[in-house]
Amino acid sequence: METAEKVETAISRVDAALPRVEQPNRALAIKGARTEFRSKAEIEQARRLKQAQKAYGRGRGIDVKSVKDKKLRRNLGNLENKYKTAALKAKEAEILLENTSGFIEPETELERTYRVRQDDVEKDVGIDVAQKKFELKLENLGPYVCEYTRNGRDLLLAGRKGHVATMDWRDGKLGCELQLGETIRDARWLHNNQYFAVAQKKYVYIYDANGVELHCLKKHVEVSHMEFLPYHFLLATLGINGHLKYQDTSTGQLVAELPTKLGTPVSLTQNPFNAVLHVGHQNGTVSLWSPNVGEPLVKLLAHRGPVRSLAVDREGRYMVSAGQDNKMAVWDIRMFKEVNNYFTRSPASSVAISDTGLTAVGWGTRTTVWKGLFSKDRAVQEKVQSPYMTWGGDGKAIERVRWCPFEDILGIGHTEGFSSIIIPGAGEANFDALEVNPLETKKQRQEGEVKALLNKLQPEMIALDPNFIGKLDLRSDEQKRADRDLDKPAVDIAEEIRNRARGKNGVLKKYLRKQARKNIIDEKRLKVEEMLKQQQERREEKHKEKQAELGPTLSRFARKD
Amino acid sequence: MKIKALSRSITAQQAPGSDVQRAPRNLAPEIHPFERAREYQRALNAVKLERMFAKPFLSQLGNGHVQGVYSMCKNPSSLSAVASGSGDGVVKVWDLTSREETWRTAAHNNIVKGLTFTNDNKLLSCGTDGIKLWDPYNSSNDSTPLATWQEGGPYTSLSFHRNGNSFAASSGAGCISVWDLEHSTAPQRIQWPNFTDTITDVCFNQVETSVVGSVATDRSVMLFDLRTNMPVVKTVLKFAANRIVFNPMEAMNLAVASEDHNIYIFDARNFDKAQNIQKGHVAAVMDVEFSPTGEELVSGSYDRTIRIWRRDQGQSRDIYHTKRMQRVFRTCWTMDSKYLLSGSDDGNIRLWRANASERSGVKSSKQRQALEYNQALAERYSHLPEIRRIRRHRHVPKVVKKAGEIKREELAAIKRREENERKHSAKKFEKRKGEREKAILAKEQ
Repeated sequence: METAEKVETAISRVDAALPRVEQPNRALAIKGARTEFRSKAEIEQARRLKQAQKAYGRGRGIDVKSVKDKKLRRNLGNLENKYKTAALKAKEAEILLENTSGFIEPETELERTYRVRQDDVEKDVGIDVAQKKFELKLENLGPYVCEYTRNGRDLLLAGRKGHVATMDWRDGKLGCELQLGETIRDARWLHNNQYFAVAQKKYVYIYDANGVELHCLKKHVEVSHMEFLPYHFLLATLGINGHLKYQDTSTGQLVAELPTKLGTPVSLTQNPFNAVLHVGHQNGTVSLWSPNVGEPLVKLLAHRGPVRSLAVDREGRYMVSAGQDNKMAVWDIRMFKEVNNYFTRSPASSVAISDTGLTAVGWGTRTTVWKGLFSKDRAVQEKVQSPYMTWGGDGKAIERVRWCPFEDILGIGHTEGFSSIIIPGAGEANFDALEVNPLETKKQRQEGEVKALLNKLQPEMIALDPNFIGKLDLRSDEQKRADRDLDKPAVDIAEEIRNRARGKNGVLKKYLRKQARKNIIDEKRLKVEEMLKQQQERREEKHKEKQAELGPTLSRFARKD
Repeated sequence: MKIKALSRSITAQQAPGSDVQRAPRNLAPEIHPFERAREYQRALNAVKLERMFAKPFLSQLGNGHVQGVYSMCKNPSSLSAVASGSGDGVVKVWDLTSREETWRTAAHNNIVKGLTFTNDNKLLSCGTDGIKLWDPYNSSNDSTPLATWQEGGPYTSLSFHRNGNSFAASSGAGCISVWDLEHSTAPQRIQWPNFTDTITDVCFNQVETSVVGSVATDRSVMLFDLRTNMPVVKTVLKFAANRIVFNPMEAMNLAVASEDHNIYIFDARNFDKAQNIQKGHVAAVMDVEFSPTGEELVSGSYDRTIRIWRRDQGQSRDIYHTKRMQRVFRTCWTMDSKYLLSGSDDGNIRLWRANASERSGVKSSKQRQALEYNQALAERYSHLPEIRRIRRHRHVPKVVKKAGEIKREELAAIKRREENERKHSAKKFEKRKGEREKAILAKEQ
């Protein structure tokens, strides 16, 4: 009985979805009824294509049918088919992906993931993973900043008081160790584990893997933050005086020098999607920079107070910023809109976003990891109620948090050294060996370096939209075509001026003022003069009408417009 | 609580005992940032590499001729045999693999005007003193001709039938004579009614084998049909043409090398306008030939350069020149359309690559893949200004460049003048004539 009812309601719902139109003979015609039959296989194929397009497609295709030119239509059609096949093939190749990412899942409703301690995780994961959790006690020279190489193999640690060390952290092998004896503000790997840059008290220095000083960059004075753009081979430094400088590390040239003009900056990060730099300032603004433009591409007010730390997700969609105002905000940087903001109990010192979108926030002596602050699959981003995992609280002030690429590991630099903890589900499970290879050999590293240098992108290519590169300049083409067309009808001067003058006041006057300087009297100018005269006459007439309306005493209050 | 963390085994990456690393791929777009920009950069590198490897000149054949080379032909049944005739009446046959002369004879006592191989590997040559038949493969140097034809006036050009055993010769008397080698009878003569000007070039169609095309000094292009023994169509161009060739793949299309520096491609069914005009030379085009694939053309010009054209494009794909090469009178493709030959006024026959950056020889599959990928990239980004600039850049002799500039300026001046005239005369009510129609003066059926 119940099922029958259900079926009935279901049917009525289906019927309701299709609007009916009454015909003159009182028959009800169903509008938009699906008459063609699609087999299950066809439906399945369409679904697969849609999925493939979503994951691997490159934007919306061209509507081929609307193209009039036969040859072009054919070529475009072929091209579109190629793209479609490529997306489908890529989707099918997913079957070859070997690894699945990690996770923590509560088994009962009472369990909470943030209650899971590192000891619990260590017990549950295999020994090879458990080994990756370690602690380095470096008590006297901290606080430490930490950085992983792009493939996550090597770790760079730099203590505030001049201690620098690199290590292959998985094998526990020390690469080099330096006691520089002066303040270190930041340290950064360059394109691979062979070189790193250190921002010291006065200048920036570049060292090689053995700790030999290679270069002293004397143009980079009192640098507080650094970023390296791996595809452009640019080392970007941000000085205490607010100057943003780009140094090409492959040619050694200083590419750009941009004053940010907002006082001493507090944070810097790069958008890995388009290589634009995000600078956080004392007054709460975040400005976006490219080396090609002298002023910020975008300025947005993110916080009430200094922006302590910034992070951008790898697809360049969302930015997480943490401010002195005890807020952590998630921004949609395609629209420059705040998505959500969260409360931190004390101002956060460092934010980092992992490959899978986990956000680690170091504040005070604690580190909190958030999951699902943003997701590209959701249309509306919900506010997350509780964190994913937490760590700390035992007196070590956090200096910097960094995710290890391709691993479920979070590295935390703090006052007492460095801690590496396991956060399941943080790393990208499947790497692409031809892009960044965490298991690369020496030979592969060398080859990769040469390839990367060959494919080095020019600094001019940095822009908010990194895909502007292959686009056609349609406007100039239109112009060219118009110039070529001799048989085109002559431009109607009156029409042209009227179009320009529409909705604007004084355009005719402005035009005449400009022409008067040139002292050329041509057809166009005469026409414009005439039009202006007419316009003024009309205005005068209107004014007179208004005066008449108001009567003799009040006529002087009539407005002239 | 269910917990799983990511772990990768090293042995999965490299099998124990093997030194080959596996290279797993992940095609997700988010781990390949700057996809478009990096691809563009690769395309730029590819184009630069292509230009870097562009070394078109291979060598010259033997020691060439003592005087200029004014006629040349290849043997359509062989990849390596080429014959050339020079201004002193000497005819030589060359072997392309060894690049040496294999046979020679003093064939005529004046310029050798036309040369052609017959289908049974004999050689025909013509000059003002008649047509001679030679057997270069079975006779020694300086042997006597197998046959001679002298009647019917000075001959200017020869063309051999595709599969029959007959040849056509154009004469200074305004007619075309067709001989059948099997029946040594009087020739079949075809002529436009009352036509007396010199016919400079004659050419058999390779597909419609009984159609013959010719160009004459009175600026006309004529087509004849041997089956009906009748002229078909005569078109008068604005300038005289030096050479006519049919497309070996598209029977109806023909190319004409004109004195006005251009090559015109016509559809034989419709002579109202040219199908395509190929502009670029800065002096008269002396010779033009379709590649055996019918896709490309090569032309030699009085401006001392050779240009290679795509059939359907208006500008040349490539331009070849050397310091010592003088006016080019003959160019031809080899039968595999990989190499070009040019015969010039300086008496040398030069061998060129048809694709300047291509290298012959066996390539590994990796190398081949890389080349194909590079080619596809360059094609894909060919519309971008930087890539187009590098791709199109050619070093051109100063004289030619200057001449090109002057020519452009003068043409612009003419056009400007015409436009001004239009503006102030009754011409403004006329419709403008398309560039492709302009070359044609008159048509007679």
